[in-house]
Amino acid sequence: MGTFRNLMAKEQPIPLLLTLAWIAACSVALWVLKDSVTSFVGLILSVLIIYYTNANKWLRMALGGLVLLVIIPYLAGGNSYYMEVATNIGIYVAMALGLNIVVGFAGLLDLGYVAFFAAGAYAYGIFATAQANEFIPGDLFPLGGEWFWAFLIVGLLVAAVFGILLGLPVLRVKGDYLAIVTLGFGEIVRIIFNNLDKPVNITNGPQGLSSITPPSLIGETFSDAFHFYFIVLVVIFFVVWANLKLEHSKLGRAWIAIREDELAAQSMGISLLNTKLTAFATGASFAGVVGVIFAAKQTFIDPTSFTLMESIGILVMVILGGSGSIPGVILGATFVTLLQVQLLKELSNYLHELSQAGILSLPSQLDPSKLQRLVFGVLLILAALYRPNGLIPSRRKKEDIGAIKSHAHAEQKQGILAKLTGRKNVS
Amino acid sequence: MENMLQILPQVLVDGLTLGFMYAVVALGYTMVYGILEFINFSHGEIFMVGAFIGTEVLLIMDALGGLQGLNPFIALLMALVISMIITGMLGVGIERVAYRPLRNSPRLVPLISAIGVSFLLQDVVRFAEALHRDAFYLTGPILFPGKLDIGIAQIPTKALIVIVTAIVLMIVLSFFINKTKWGIAMRAVAQDQSTASLMTINVDKVIMLTFLIGSSLGGATGVLFAQNYGTIDPYIGFILGMKAFTAAVLGGIGNVRGAMVGGVLLGVIESLSGAYLGPLTNGAFGGEYKDVIAFSILILVLLFKPEGLFGEAVKEKV
Repeated sequence: MGTFRNLMAKEQPIPLLLTLAWIAACSVALWVLKDSVTSFVGLILSVLIIYYTNANKWLRMALGGLVLLVIIPYLAGGNSYYMEVATNIGIYVAMALGLNIVVGFAGLLDLGYVAFFAAGAYAYGIFATAQANEFIPGDLFPLGGEWFWAFLIVGLLVAAVFGILLGLPVLRVKGDYLAIVTLGFGEIVRIIFNNLDKPVNITNGPQGLSSITPPSLIGETFSDAFHFYFIVLVVIFFVVWANLKLEHSKLGRAWIAIREDELAAQSMGISLLNTKLTAFATGASFAGVVGVIFAAKQTFIDPTSFTLMESIGILVMVILGGSGSIPGVILGATFVTLLQVQLLKELSNYLHELSQAGILSLPSQLDPSKLQRLVFGVLLILAALYRPNGLIPSRRKKEDIGAIKSHAHAEQKQGILAKLTGRKNVS
Repeated sequence: MENMLQILPQVLVDGLTLGFMYAVVALGYTMVYGILEFINFSHGEIFMVGAFIGTEVLLIMDALGGLQGLNPFIALLMALVISMIITGMLGVGIERVAYRPLRNSPRLVPLISAIGVSFLLQDVVRFAEALHRDAFYLTGPILFPGKLDIGIAQIPTKALIVIVTAIVLMIVLSFFINKTKWGIAMRAVAQDQSTASLMTINVDKVIMLTFLIGSSLGGATGVLFAQNYGTIDPYIGFILGMKAFTAAVLGGIGNVRGAMVGGVLLGVIESLSGAYLGPLTNGAFGGEYKDVIAFSILILVLLFKPEGLFGEAVKEKV
C-alpha cells in the first residue's frame, strides 16, 4: 500500500471542496442539458481532478468509484452514444496500460502491439460464430454467450502465448531494430488473418466475422454499451491493480533496470530474454482480454480493425500520457480517445453545418474526422520535442537511504568484504 | 512447370526494377544510420513526396502543353531534378526541426519523432492533393510507353529507365563518398564524430549534407516509381520504406554497397515469391504472402546475421 500512497504523491493538490463542486456542477449540467457534450467530458475529467485532490486515498477512491459506478451510468446511461464513448475510453485505457508494461516499464518499443489485440478478438470471434464449424466437425458452434466469460481467460492465454512466440525470435534484437521488427510482425499477423480463408477457412479472410454472440449471464444478454461499460470497468480495475502490483515488484524493477541499461542489468544477474519475454507476454495478455471484449461489443471484426494505425494510436497514448506512469497513461488514453471519437467528430459536424449553410466549402478530404494521422503525427513530434516524459511523468519510489543504512542486513558483509573487515557473515 | 519457366525472365525483370528502387531508397536509410545510428523512419514518406512532386511537375508541364514535342528524357530529367531539390531540402528541414534537438536524447525519442513526421507528411500530402485535385491519388503521364522485345521477355522501356537511372545515381554517390572532400568528411564523421570535429570537420554540416543527399535520392526514386507504376497515393511510402529498410539491413546497415546488393536481392526474391508461391503450393498460399516473405527475411537476418551480408560485426561496449 505504501507504493500506492507514493504514486499518489503530488505537489499541488486541489482542495476537496473544489473537486466536489466540479463534480456537482458537471452532474447537474448533464442532468439538465441531456445532450451537453462538455458536461459529459467534464464528468470524465473529474476522475483526473479527484486524483489530484487533497484528501486521503480512501476518500479519493470512494469519490472516483462514485463518479464511475453511479453518477456516469445514472446520468448518461440512457444515452447510448455517451456510454459508447466511455466504453471506448475504457478499452483503450486497458490496452494502453498493457503497452505501458512493454514500452514504459521494459523500454521495448513495440509497434506491432495490435497483433495481440487481434489474437484475442479472433479467438472469441471464431468460436462465437459459425466460423469454427469450417474446421471443427460436429456443428458445435456458435458457442453461447455464457462462454464469453471463459473466453476472457482464453483470450488472455492465447495472446500471452502469441506474445511469447513472437517474442522468442524478436527480443534478441535491440532498440530501434526491435521497433521495426515488431512492426513487421504486426503486418505479418494482419496479412495472415486477411488471407487465412484458404486452404482452410479459419478467419474468413477480408470478409471478417459477423454476428458474434454477445455475452450473457444467467439468461440475461449483455448487448448494449451500458452493459459493456461495466464489463470494461471491471477489466480496467484488474489491469490497474496488476500494473500497480507489478511496478514495484521484483519483476517490475527488473524491467525498469533493463530499460535503463541492458548491460548493467545483465551483470546484476537479470536474465535479459526471460525478463523481456514476461514483459511481452504480460502486455500482450491485457490486449488479448480487451480483444475479446472488443469482438463481443462490435459483434463484427475484420482485419481492417487491426492496422498499424491502431498500434501507433496506442503508442501515442502511452508516450503522450507519460511512458511508465500509470496515471499518465490513463490520462493519455482518455485524451486521445476523446480527441478521436468525440472532438474531431464534433468539429467535423460543425464544419459540415457551415458548409451546408454555404458559409465555406471544404473538400471531403479535409474533413477533420479524417485528420487522425495529422493529429497523431503532430502530437508525437511535440511530445518528443517538448515533453519526452509525457504529461504526467513517471516517478520512481524514493528509497529511504537512511532506513537502508540502519537496517540490520546493512551490517552484514559478504564475500571479500567480510574477509577484509573480519566480520563473520551472519545469514 | 513449362509455364513457370516461360514467365521467369519477365519475373526477373520485374524483380530487378523493384530491387533497384529498393536499393536507392535503402541508400538513404543506410547513410543516415551510418552517421547517426538512427532509423530515419520518415524516409519512406520523403520517397512518397518525391513521387508526388515529380508527377505534379509532369502533369503541369502536360497541362501547359510542354510535353508535346519535348524529348521525354528531358521531361524526366526536369521532373527528377525538381523533385530531388525539393525533397532534399525537405529532408534537411526535417532534420533541423525534428531530429537535431533530440540528438542527445535516449534513442527511442528521435524514433518517435520520426514516426510523427512520417504520419504528418502522409496527411499533408493527402490534403494538398485533395485541395488541388479533389482526390488523394494521382495518375501521371507515362513518358515511355514502349516495350523492348528481346525474345525471351518483353522489357518495358520504363523499367529500363528505372534501372539505368538507379545505377547512374549509385555510381555518382559512390564517387562522391569515396573521392570527394565532403565524402571523406562524411566517412570520418560516421567513424567517430568527436574526433572528426577535432579535425575541423563541421559535423552539423556533414549531417545536413547526409540528409540532403539521402532525401534527394529517395525523392528521385519516387519519381521513378510513379513512372513505373502509374498511379500513386500518399501511403505508398510506408510499405516501400519498410522494404527498403529491410534491404539495408540485409546488406548490412551503414554500408553503401550492402544497401545496393540487399535492395536488388530483396526485389528479386519478392518478385519470385509473388509469382511462384501460388503455383508451388497449389494455390494454398498465393502471392499475397510476398510481404510476409520480405518481413520474414528481415527477422531472419536480424536473428542470424545482424551485421548483414557486407557489414562488420560490432561488439557492444559499456
